[in-house]
This record gives sequence, structure tokens and C-alpha cells, in this order.
Amino acid sequence: MTDDEQEIFDKLSELLQPFNEKQVELKPQTEIAVDLAIDSVSVMDFVMEVEDHFDMDIPLNVLSDTHTMKDLISVVQARKKT
Amino acid sequence: MVDLLDKNKALMERMQRVAQAGSRVGPVNEKLLSPTRAMIDGRDTILAGTNNYMGVTFEASCIEAGQRALAEHGTGTTGSRIANGSYAIHEELERELAGFLGMKHCIVFSTGYQANLGMMAGLAGPKDTIFLDADSHSSIYDGCTLSGAQLVRFRHNDAADLDKRLTRMGDTGGGHLVVLEGIYSMLGDRAPLADFVEVKKKHGFQLLVDEAHSFGVLGPNGCGLADEAGLMHEADFVVGTFSKSIGAIGGFGASNHPLFETVRYSSKPYMFTASPSPASVATATAAVKLLAREPERRDRLQANSARLFHGLRGLGLELGCDEVSPVIAVKCADEPSTLVMWNELLAAGVYVNIALPPGTPGKLCLLRCSVSAAHTEAEIDRIIELFATVVAGKQLTAASAAGA
Ligand SMILES: Cc1ncc(COP(=O)(O)O)c(C=O)c1O
Repeated sequence: MTDDEQEIFDKLSELLQPFNEKQVELKPQTEIAVDLAIDSVSVMDFVMEVEDHFDMDIPLNVLSDTHTMKDLISVVQARKKT
Repeated sequence: MVDLLDKNKALMERMQRVAQAGSRVGPVNEKLLSPTRAMIDGRDTILAGTNNYMGVTFEASCIEAGQRALAEHGTGTTGSRIANGSYAIHEELERELAGFLGMKHCIVFSTGYQANLGMMAGLAGPKDTIFLDADSHSSIYDGCTLSGAQLVRFRHNDAADLDKRLTRMGDTGGGHLVVLEGIYSMLGDRAPLADFVEVKKKHGFQLLVDEAHSFGVLGPNGCGLADEAGLMHEADFVVGTFSKSIGAIGGFGASNHPLFETVRYSSKPYMFTASPSPASVATATAAVKLLAREPERRDRLQANSARLFHGLRGLGLELGCDEVSPVIAVKCADEPSTLVMWNELLAAGVYVNIALPPGTPGKLCLLRCSVSAAHTEAEIDRIIELFATVVAGKQLTAASAAGA
């Protein structure tokens, strides 16, 4: 991971903690919904925290192709640039 | 090859857990006795979870209208209105509803769920953006997905959050649709419509209000939250269902927009499904007329809602919202205790809804009551009494156990 990716990963991990009830260890390849066993509403609530922190919109349509932490890092990176 | 239903194994386990706790998800009403009573497990049970807000399901005028339509027009329409044509009674219902709402156009759908699918998909396309409240009903989420529009979710009832997102989004080159609900089905809270209208004035989006739980219920004319707030002219599109205050089945979309009639042809959930059956259409029309004729039903609903709201609050229970609403949800500690209490309430003679995550906002476990104009004061008092013994007792025991 680049420094930028690591920074985003650390922030996402922090924002994900309140939803990570099972305290699953987070890695870039962690599948957020599946590995943490959290429901679709919780995933959307988590993404809202991400939107607020990075001051960006992540439309729900994007989420159907976003599964892993790494996917989400790419989404945040792409949307930070625009 | 993978078995398609393998992924439902966890769901099966959850269903079995619920069954072991002694409950069926959705008990069987062996016989309906009235809008507010049914025989369940051989017991005369008060219904306090059926969204039968106006209590019209056994009204003589509605039943007669349904029976007449059944005899005169038959059991089903056997196709969509685009393919088979409309029945005069479909058009009569649309005229009746438009008149009730004081709006120019109304389109009837086969259910409220389809009304939301049909409205979102008929109004918005891939170039447009829909901003939806985080607590929106599933039919709104599904309609938004079907539309192919870009979907932005804003914080529940938070006009400032919507404002922020609209500002951040700027001009997208497409239309912007904001979707709210009159009364939210789980917690019973209303959208702060005046705040959203301020944001509308600033950004100029089009507004859709799903009045599923508020049509017939709120406002001086019973048109819903927009009517109550004196802001009917700001609702570009109104959605409603017949499955609650109207006591039938079906749904509608209404608008003053000069192009609104085109939605019939841009909406697959309208085009590619059978139109509502003659009996449903006729009972719905009769119920709309009844609600117009008997505004005192709204007063009775309001009085009953206030009685239950203050009664439950008086027991020290934590409710879903702070204002009197016909949806009154009691917050519970966790899933197992909610299941136990729900079963005990049913065994003691009152049916309420059990609502669990992910169907609830904020992972809440709820015992959800819906009040009817047809409840008697004695029935409301009995519901409070049973919550006092079954629920208030439990919550206190749990609290004192935690304190000990
Ligand atoms: C907010 C909301 N919209 C739409 C619907 C769908 O209505 P129907 O039961 O007619 O499909 C419901 C209820 O089920 C609802 O709560």
C-alpha cells in the first residue's frame, strides 16, 4: 500500500470499529459485510460516516461493486480527486 | 454446483430460534371479529399492529361496494391497463383520489410497494440523482435501484445534512428528486417538512412524499403530512397505499405536473402487472369517500393515539418518538427479550408487531403498536395494562438485575 492508501485504510478502520462488534481483524482484503457479518443497513451507516469524514458523496450504486476494504480505499481515492 | 438457497442457512437458523422461543413470524388470524379483534390461537385478541388506522375494513358501505363490483365486473382484470384497457372503476378511483388530495392527476398501482417502484422508476433515470432519507421503506430503496438513478442517502430527518449533500453535488446535468415519508413506519416520527421545504427553495429539487402511514391520517383534509404542515403545494409528487387507512389493497401516485400522465408509460411496475381487481378498486373508492365524509375518524384516531402514547410513556417505557403518532414503538433491550415479551403479549391477548434489525433503524428491537380509530378506550386501556405487566415489569427487572 502507498502512504496515501495506508492513511485511508487506518481512517476507515477507525470509522468501522463501532460496527465491528465481533472485533474481526481488518486487512485490505477483508470483505466488509461478509467478514464482519454486518447487515446492509449497517454497511450504509458506516459509509455515511466515511462520507462525512472525507466530505464526499459515495452514491449507493457504487456500493454494489465495493466489497473489500481495498475496494473502498479505491473509491475514496477516486472521489477525493474529483 | 452451489445450491442457491445455501446462503439462507443462517436465516433458517434464525427462524428456528424464533420458533423455539414459541412464536411464529406472523401468527395466523383464524377469524377476524372486527377491525380491532381477531381469534388467534383460539383466543379473542386485540389487534394493535395492523396499520388499520381508520378502522374501515368492516364498513358496510365498503363491503357492499366490493361485493357489487365483484358481481358486476368479475373477480379479476386478467391483465394490465396498458394491455387490457382500464375499467371505468379504475378511472373513478383515480378521480376520487385526485379530488380528495386536491391534485390534478392520480395513477393507481396494484400495491403501495409497486407505487414506489413505479414512481421512482417512472420519474428518475440514470442521468438523475435521488436523495433519499436513510430510514426510507424498502419499497423506496428498491424503486430507487430500479430507476438506475444515482442514489445519495442523507441522515434521517436531517434537512441540514440534505442541504450539505446537495451543495456538494452541485449541478449534475440531471434532475434531482428528494424522497421523504410522512410518518416513518417503524418509529412513528414525521419528516420535518418545513425544514426540507427551506432546502427545496434554496436548491430547487423536486419533492416526493410517501404518505403511506399518513394519508387519511394527518392534516385538516386527511391528505397527509404535507396537508398537516400546510405545504401541499410543495409536494411535487405524493405516494400512498390502500393497505393502511383505506383498508384495501393497492397504491397511488399523484401530482399536478402537466406531464404526469406519461408516467403510466415510463413505469414498468405500472405497465407490466395486472391492474387492481374490481373488488379492491371499489372498496378503495368507497373508503376514500368514507374518509371524506367522516373526518371525525381522524379525531378518534388522534385521541386513541394520545391515550396509548401517554399511557405507555407513563409506564416509563422508552418510545420511538416524542410526538403523538398512530405508530407507537416501544424500544426493547435485545432480540431474545423482545421475542419473549412479544409472545407473552400475544398469549395475554394483544397482537403488536415485533420489529428487529435490519428492518429497524439504529439496530433497534421494537414492539410496535399501530392505533386504530376503531379501538375503543377500553381496548386502549387493556393494551396499556398488558404492557404494564408484560413489558414494564421485564424492563425494570432487567434494569435492576443489571444494577445488582
Ligand atoms: C412507507 C411505506 N411505503 C410503502 C409501503 C408499501 O405499501 P403496500 O403494503 O401497499 O405495498 C409501506 C407499507 O408496507 C410503507 O410503510
